[in-house]
Amino acid sequence: MPNMSNVKVPMPEQKPNIRNANFEEVSLGYTDDMAVEEAERCLNCKHKPCIKGCPVNVQIPEFIMAIKEREFKKANDIIKETSSLPAVCGRVCPQEVQCEGLCVRGRKGEPVGIGRLERFAADWAMQNVNEKPAKPTCNGKKVAIVGAGPASLTCAGDLALMGYDVTLFEAFHVAGGVLMYGIPEFRLPKAIVQKEINTLKELGVKIITNYVVGKSATIDDLFEEGYLAVFVGSGAGLPRFMNLPGENLNGVYSANEYLTRINLMKAYEDGAVTPIYKAKNVAVFGGGNVAMDAARSAKRMGAENVYIVYRRSENELPARLEEIHHAKEEGIEFKILSNPNEIIGDDNFWVKAIKCDTMELGEPDESGRRSPVKVPNAEFILEVDCVIVSIGTSPNPIIPSSTPDLTTNRWGCVVADDAGVTEKPGVFAGGDVVTGAATVILAMGAGKNAAVAMDTYIKGL
Amino acid sequence: MYKILEKERLSSQVVKMKIDAPHVAKKALAGQFIILRVDEVGERIPLTIADYDREAGTTTIIFQEVGYSTIKLGQKNAGDYLIDFVGPLGIASHVDEYKGKNICVIGGGLGCAIAYPQAKAFYNAGANVDVIAGFRNSDFIILEKEMAAVSNKLSIVTDDGSNGHKGLVTDVLNQSIADGANYDLVIAIGPLVMMKFVCLATKPHNIKTLVSMNSTMVDGTGMCGCCRLTVDGKTKFACVDGPDFDGHLVDFDETIRKASMYKEHERNQCNLEGMKNA
Repeated sequence: MPNMSNVKVPMPEQKPNIRNANFEEVSLGYTDDMAVEEAERCLNCKHKPCIKGCPVNVQIPEFIMAIKEREFKKANDIIKETSSLPAVCGRVCPQEVQCEGLCVRGRKGEPVGIGRLERFAADWAMQNVNEKPAKPTCNGKKVAIVGAGPASLTCAGDLALMGYDVTLFEAFHVAGGVLMYGIPEFRLPKAIVQKEINTLKELGVKIITNYVVGKSATIDDLFEEGYLAVFVGSGAGLPRFMNLPGENLNGVYSANEYLTRINLMKAYEDGAVTPIYKAKNVAVFGGGNVAMDAARSAKRMGAENVYIVYRRSENELPARLEEIHHAKEEGIEFKILSNPNEIIGDDNFWVKAIKCDTMELGEPDESGRRSPVKVPNAEFILEVDCVIVSIGTSPNPIIPSSTPDLTTNRWGCVVADDAGVTEKPGVFAGGDVVTGAATVILAMGAGKNAAVAMDTYIKGL
Repeated sequence: MYKILEKERLSSQVVKMKIDAPHVAKKALAGQFIILRVDEVGERIPLTIADYDREAGTTTIIFQEVGYSTIKLGQKNAGDYLIDFVGPLGIASHVDEYKGKNICVIGGGLGCAIAYPQAKAFYNAGANVDVIAGFRNSDFIILEKEMAAVSNKLSIVTDDGSNGHKGLVTDVLNQSIADGANYDLVIAIGPLVMMKFVCLATKPHNIKTLVSMNSTMVDGTGMCGCCRLTVDGKTKFACVDGPDFDGHLVDFDETIRKASMYKEHERNQCNLEGMKNA
């Protein structure tokens, strides 16, 4: 008899007023018993709607049934068959619009906590299973992967399992991409990311850091060096600004910069060499996951007041529900229907306030969301000494500009089909560099598809 | 890990290092830069490529010990290793189109470390190169011989006249223009204030002027936007759009004020370690 509770087994968490002053992980994870209890909520439907919502096709009811039987290792093995980064996905996937959004239990009450169970299985295996993955026999064929974020890591892992000699080139001094520089420690501990990367190394993947493809070597140079195919997963790294007056004042950051200083360069640690401004009052422009990460990080850096300034209403916030919920619990204030139009500086060129228009929702725009319209004579001023601009990113220009025969669209995204095939022979691409800024799991799905396409391509050479 | 092959002190605060970095040397061109970290906890700092040797696989940097990380770097010796060294980054100077043209390369202080490879590249490409170098006093003069070797005319001035030529680089520039130097291009590299005044001097004569913007950076590949500046009313990133920009279009006043953002942190960091911050 399934557990018919209408709500998920609650996730143990650090208390909001404690966690908003530290960078330790917020959610503490299920115990074995909690996981089994939650797994028992799964009806094991015949038609498995949840799987259709998963970009990497995880066999969801199957792994949940294994948890129910307390076969935790088996649960992780099932996930691992199709997902290379389960501990990451369990933490950062927008489950409510993917697997959990299609869960039958969600029609009346909360869906099964698929993300929480995935995280449980992956964490359990990390702690309790010490078997090294069997290193596949190398077929001696060299492939190159550009970038080391979720798309690239997935593509590299899958190709290594097929026997390819995989080399991954990363511009930063550590691999992991947005998992390392973007998503904060309190949401995704870096030790977990590094464990996933170590697994790749055990599979034989070579990781070369401090190497900017497009600068240190072009893609054509890689072909000359004997690589048979190249995967471009260089991400959407270029931050967008709003072109507001005052946007270059001291105290204005892009979310990428603010988060990189904190996550990658550890600016939150005492005595850190990399500087960061410790602001009192912070406005974050934008309403996505990155905006939530920036706001919650600013709070942890000691800010008294942190505002999310977003031009649409709360219903349109693109962030995961859990992040919005956590942000609110931690004391982040939401200034919705507010559109900044100016950043005001003091005599020393530092931010002292922002000026915003009050908005209301009009007709739906091309994205289907109701577009915000300015309310006349309803401007207001918010006193802040730091602004973090988090309105999105564009693809990094280094690869396209150094690879003239790689086609890009008008947003600067590399043009590739669903299989990751670009118009340049032997070059494949996937993740944010193709789609523009999206999610970790979509990038992983793209990396997976590209690995298959690369294998087919190389076999046909 | 990247080995320091040679270390040479050019003046009391300026150090030259040759680093074993074939992946940088292979593609490096004048005007480009690298990013390095001294050690595991170090910050990422950008430094211009002063020289490179493709066959030996070496890349040379010249830096002034002005803050926490450059002082730490200056404490390293030949045989030691740097933990990270990445490049070449940024867009290289377009030297070939200036064959046979008249170029004036102006360096201020440490800026000469960047001006020198630029002068060399233009000189080797067949341009007529005048170099004007300015220093605080004669103790700070660096690269005199090297600059002389890659210029048709080298003028060195000091703020206090201790080398016998008191004045500002703009004094020499104005005189040369008045004497009919007929420059097709002026390149200015040095303190922001110096570059600003060089641009003010060339503007009335309509001489194309390039400046090298040495902003603070984190990644150096366009990812963070830390190095942004306003050029012709638009936001540009020094790391991927530069580091060279049309000096007549750069908003220097904004950039000068932006450069002060981390002064206090820098002071605290140096105090913590008992460093004498310059």
